[in-house]
Amino acid sequence: MNSKEYETYYVPAQSHWPLVGAIALFLIAIGAGQFVSTLASGEDSWGGWVLIAGVAMVIYMVYGWFSNVIHESMAGKYSQQMDNSFKQGMSWFIFSEVMFFAAFFGALLYARVFSVPWLDGAGNNLMTGEVLWPEFTASWPLIKTPDGTETTAMGWYGLPLINTLLLLTSSVTAHFAHVALEQDKRSQVKFWLGLTILLGAVFLCLQVAEYAHAYSEEMKLYLDSGIYGNTFFMLTGFHGMHVTLGTIMLIVVFIRIMKGHFTSKNHFAFQAASWYWHFVDVVWVLLFVFVYII
Amino acid sequence: MTTDTIHDTDHQHDDHHDHKMTGIKRWLYTTNHKDIGSMYLWFSFIMFLTGGAMAMVIRAELFQPGLQIVDPDFFNQMTTVHGLIMVFGAIMPAFTGLANWMIPMMIGAPDMALPRLNNWSFWILPFAFSILLMSFFIGSGAPNFGWTFYAPLSTTYSNGSTAFFVFAVHIMGISSIMGAINIVVTIMNMRAPGMTYMKMPLFVWTFFITAYLLVAVMPVLAGVVTMVLTDTYFGTSFFDAAGGGDPVMFQHIFWFFGHPEVYIMILPAFGIVSTTIPTFSRKPLFGYSSMVYATASIAFLSFIVWAHHMFTTGMPLFGELFFMYCTMLIAVPTGVKVFNWVATMWRGAISFETPMLFSIAFVILFTIGGFSGLMLAMTPVDFQYHDTYFVVAHFHYVLVTGALFSIYAGAYYWLPKWTGYMYDDALSKWHFWCSLISVNLLFFPMHFLGLAGMPRRIPDYALQFADFNKWVSIGGFAFGLSQLIFLAVVIKCIRGGEKSEAKTWDGATGLEWTVPSPAPYHTFEKPPKID
Repeated sequence: MNSKEYETYYVPAQSHWPLVGAIALFLIAIGAGQFVSTLASGEDSWGGWVLIAGVAMVIYMVYGWFSNVIHESMAGKYSQQMDNSFKQGMSWFIFSEVMFFAAFFGALLYARVFSVPWLDGAGNNLMTGEVLWPEFTASWPLIKTPDGTETTAMGWYGLPLINTLLLLTSSVTAHFAHVALEQDKRSQVKFWLGLTILLGAVFLCLQVAEYAHAYSEEMKLYLDSGIYGNTFFMLTGFHGMHVTLGTIMLIVVFIRIMKGHFTSKNHFAFQAASWYWHFVDVVWVLLFVFVYII
Repeated sequence: MTTDTIHDTDHQHDDHHDHKMTGIKRWLYTTNHKDIGSMYLWFSFIMFLTGGAMAMVIRAELFQPGLQIVDPDFFNQMTTVHGLIMVFGAIMPAFTGLANWMIPMMIGAPDMALPRLNNWSFWILPFAFSILLMSFFIGSGAPNFGWTFYAPLSTTYSNGSTAFFVFAVHIMGISSIMGAINIVVTIMNMRAPGMTYMKMPLFVWTFFITAYLLVAVMPVLAGVVTMVLTDTYFGTSFFDAAGGGDPVMFQHIFWFFGHPEVYIMILPAFGIVSTTIPTFSRKPLFGYSSMVYATASIAFLSFIVWAHHMFTTGMPLFGELFFMYCTMLIAVPTGVKVFNWVATMWRGAISFETPMLFSIAFVILFTIGGFSGLMLAMTPVDFQYHDTYFVVAHFHYVLVTGALFSIYAGAYYWLPKWTGYMYDDALSKWHFWCSLISVNLLFFPMHFLGLAGMPRRIPDYALQFADFNKWVSIGGFAFGLSQLIFLAVVIKCIRGGEKSEAKTWDGATGLEWTVPSPAPYHTFEKPPKID
């Protein structure tokens, strides 16, 4: 067996960052809980401020914690085995994210295949349609809900199609950047990575424009416009949050590239950001098919 | 053995030694898997007593018919928070604590793969449960919609506690996912050279598979609580027919998480008794590889049985049949396991130390819980059992005499390794026998109550159920008090006693018994050699 596999594994000394992170999550949960609870009543809420403090603390924690890790890595404390731990950890984290999206895709498919037709009397639910919702006709996208709320469906052409092309291209450019890094061609890495970040940013701007269009008087497509609006905004919204996070990761990696970090063999942070980027890309393709086209 | 050839430079020795800080900072900032394991175990025991106190309130109210002690709304808060605390606060962290303590020692690793993340996974838990418990004192009280928080009870008819509940569950989920990722990565990446997958102790195998289940389903729980949140506060209608959704959809998504969750709480128990029974039978585990495959089969099947919790919701006939047969299929790998445990004991030189007593009780009583599970799996008869005390009896047999008893078996088994002292044997036997008798008095009559039609989650009941309920309550109080004996045993064991050897049990196998007792702060900084 290769002697490299017998390297000493780096176990970090004590760290206060996990505790900072725990307190930050506590503030976020308390703040968000209080803020959300007072939404309906409209009473004065301190929750929003606590929430902002918590988010700021999370950013501080991530910055400090990752600085420690980068510092240790640059000091040569990490081994190949450590690198494997990080890679496997990131892979399983992405898998958990996949399952989070699966819950919402599941809700979308359940509504389309089961609950909406059933409300119109499909299957053995004849009386549900006849007695409870006699006015209701099943359709997808559900532009008129059983209680009569009306909305408009978002088409797949136009902005969504452009966004799909943008994101697919960005996955390719991210891959080019990766290949360039493995060949140690630094200027090419900067170019392709910069282009990826730019495409991601444009995607997010267009997504905001699409939301503005949806919320306009013309479309009246809101978060609470029945199950179509629910699944549309929850899926694209959570995806947008992940694109934002992915873009931030890419920007951090870009800054580290500018500082001369990473080698052609050792660039876990780059790989992690790149994997994450491909993951949000794949989710978008599924979104485009199941939310927009079909 | 060629060890530490490349990176074993001096600064790493600085990091490894002399960092056992004293005082509170040791625990707050620790990256040591043994410290974190101990914190998990203590936290889970505190939560166990907290959830247990709520169970005492429930049993006090149900001691006799009529409303005596608490009002129905508070009773509902008790049943809800009791369930949440026992599932997410007591059983799961106790297993994670055992995993933290034992897995690195069993596979010859210096620590968990991601030590700082490990500390984060633990420290967010006390905060999550503070939020859950705080909700008793905010607004109109704690969650009262059952630990399964079915819509529309948790949405349209929520008492205002939904937001805090949702965010607390989010934090518990983050903790579980991060903890599970750590376990998976540790097992995949940190095994000592020569320890192939099929040489791993079965304890490690069960945690490996459990961690996969956690990574797969905890995000689904996060998804469904998020939908509950937006349905309650942001006007979405995932679980509201008026907007095209369906309350039954809640149950599908919840139980897609919830059924694997059940196995998350029992697979590690299988791992523990598969460790203790061979030790005290002085025989190797019968059918090691079949145990591994059975565990994996149970994990796979756990993803396709969720709707057996929903037979009475009016599913299409095909669904009822599919979920009934898949559920019954689980009895096959589980039967393999029970057979193997019995076959391990067969003609063994058995001795009845406390961990073995708990393990044998586990095998018998868990099997009772398994059989009542089979009864519940049959769709036609489930229409009678559904939402009765029969269900309560079933899942308490698998969770209390199953999961909890295995945790006790594991705790007694490794206490000498953790503390360096032997526990008080007489006191531990008192703990076992008091628990065994009272737990059966507590849960066995619930089967009859359920078959006779007593519904679960009610503060009052019809007169004909009075006698059994009286005995159940007496059993409940006795069981609750018996657990204090365990606390006494543990404290006594930490403070001193008869010194334990490195290998406490003569029949024990495994790397953890090759290090001294108590286990040094850092073990296996250089990997041991596995043949």
